[in-house]
Amino acid sequence: MKILVCISNVPDTTSKINFTDGDTKFDSNGVQFVINPNDEFGLTRAMWFKEKQGATVHVANVGLATTEPTIRKALAIGADEAIRINAEPTDGFFVAQQLAEVVKNGGYDLVIAGRESIDYNGGMVPGILATLLDMNFVNTCVSLEVDGTNATAMREIDGGKEKIATSLPLIIGGQKGLVEESDLRIPNMRGIMMARKKALNVVEPVDASKATQDTKFEKPEAKGAVKLVDNVDDLINLLHNEAKAI
Amino acid sequence: MSVLVYTESENGKFKKNAFEVASYAKAVADQLGTSVTAISINALENDHLGAYGVSKVLNVSDDRLKTFNAKAFANTIGQAIAKENATTLIVSSSTDTKFLIPLVAGKLNAGYVPNVVAAPQGTSPFMVKRSSFSNKGFAYTEISSDVKIIGVSNNAYGVHENATSAAVEDFSPSLSEADFSTKSIEIDKVVGKATIADADIVVSAGRGMKGPENWGMIEELAEVLGAATACSKPVSDLGWRPHGEHVGQTGKPVASNLYIAIGISGAIQHLAGVSSSKTKVVINTDPEAPFFKAADYGIVGDAFEVIPQLIEKLKEFKAQNA
Repeated sequence: MKILVCISNVPDTTSKINFTDGDTKFDSNGVQFVINPNDEFGLTRAMWFKEKQGATVHVANVGLATTEPTIRKALAIGADEAIRINAEPTDGFFVAQQLAEVVKNGGYDLVIAGRESIDYNGGMVPGILATLLDMNFVNTCVSLEVDGTNATAMREIDGGKEKIATSLPLIIGGQKGLVEESDLRIPNMRGIMMARKKALNVVEPVDASKATQDTKFEKPEAKGAVKLVDNVDDLINLLHNEAKAI
Repeated sequence: MSVLVYTESENGKFKKNAFEVASYAKAVADQLGTSVTAISINALENDHLGAYGVSKVLNVSDDRLKTFNAKAFANTIGQAIAKENATTLIVSSSTDTKFLIPLVAGKLNAGYVPNVVAAPQGTSPFMVKRSSFSNKGFAYTEISSDVKIIGVSNNAYGVHENATSAAVEDFSPSLSEADFSTKSIEIDKVVGKATIADADIVVSAGRGMKGPENWGMIEELAEVLGAATACSKPVSDLGWRPHGEHVGQTGKPVASNLYIAIGISGAIQHLAGVSSSKTKVVINTDPEAPFFKAADYGIVGDAFEVIPQLIEKLKEFKAQNA
């Protein structure tokens, strides 16, 4: 089985978010970038397929050269090879078209992406990719087993879970549950050394249209001070009469 | 060129978000000088949509679509767009919708903007405000494609009545075996309990509860309020509560009317995930807990004392205000 894991390079979850250039750009100054958490759960599941079922695992990222440390981290975790499509990922539709080209050329059976990236939260790349390639698709995927060309997946639904039977070629939008938080791997020295020797192929983007454009950003308004109360009667009174929440 | 809205239903009944997205669609139609058509799949009360400004309903009654199937639903909605010549599609932010809409967008080369929090800023260019950076920021996003898809964030726009009479028309999409290549084989879903996605009130608890055996009072509080239960990331990582309850940046987002956080200190990732909730209440022993800075109301106190009192007083309150 040949697996492609699509990874996004995103600000660490603890990052404070600021904007620059007249609020038209994310301010990456002082920000630590990481593999998008939803993608990292998928990458870790891919490692399981590699170790238990002999799968080959490649990772792909649409990004400029600045994303390479994050890609190297994926290689250090254990991916065999990486592809960087040399373009700024400003629109989900554009990113999906770039990845579609990689999947077509690489002949992958399984594509694992995250349910959404935690920066722009578009949540559309795996689904659009599935239509471009006419592959099966399961989103918010929390478990995945592959047996030959048959796949069994669980997906999270509002209020529960759904078990789905489908087949390869398959694309999933993954999230926590594919593996547990405690299964995530911190690259060791050997992994980091080996990652330096693994192929990181840079390819130029194909011509692709964009459907959306972020023109301006803003931060949420500062919150007023909290009203502290010392008994539950006051709280119920405020929630009923002031907030009108109960 | 009407505005098409996908009004989601479950077991024949419209979900609450159906009326919110219908209301939003009406606002967009007014801006564009056109009318709203809804597409509903196996819904029984289509005439209810008239109250929210929908003037026509494409009603799909198809046993193959009794169980949600993303590809088949996407194909159905795509065909409705073509039939209506719609240039704008309005949808919700439910898990099912976020699954199927990218498939519609991919097929139609449509620009899709999810997590939209307000009526369009303008239609020429078409500009919407959406949350981004997991609620730590907002983006003003221009959609330039011919067909535009807007996913409205839960509870962000609200339900607005706009009495119209809805003409219901039967619509039979053409679907093939290939549309059902992923099959649902089992659904494990809590019934009769509010879900985090739909609930007006969410009661959430963290490590301050000390152990999973203490969740009885959290569930009781949720029951009194008709609320959904949720938890912080450490609690789900420790296996005290199921992953489906984890709210925050890498868990589920919460956009409820009221969010009650008990024994949750308020890590930045958690605050981001719940910041869209309108009113936030924090109950924590530590007055320095960061969550107090992000809350509307707070009690500095021990959950094991405060929660039983709160349950008791709320029961009295509910009895008086029933």
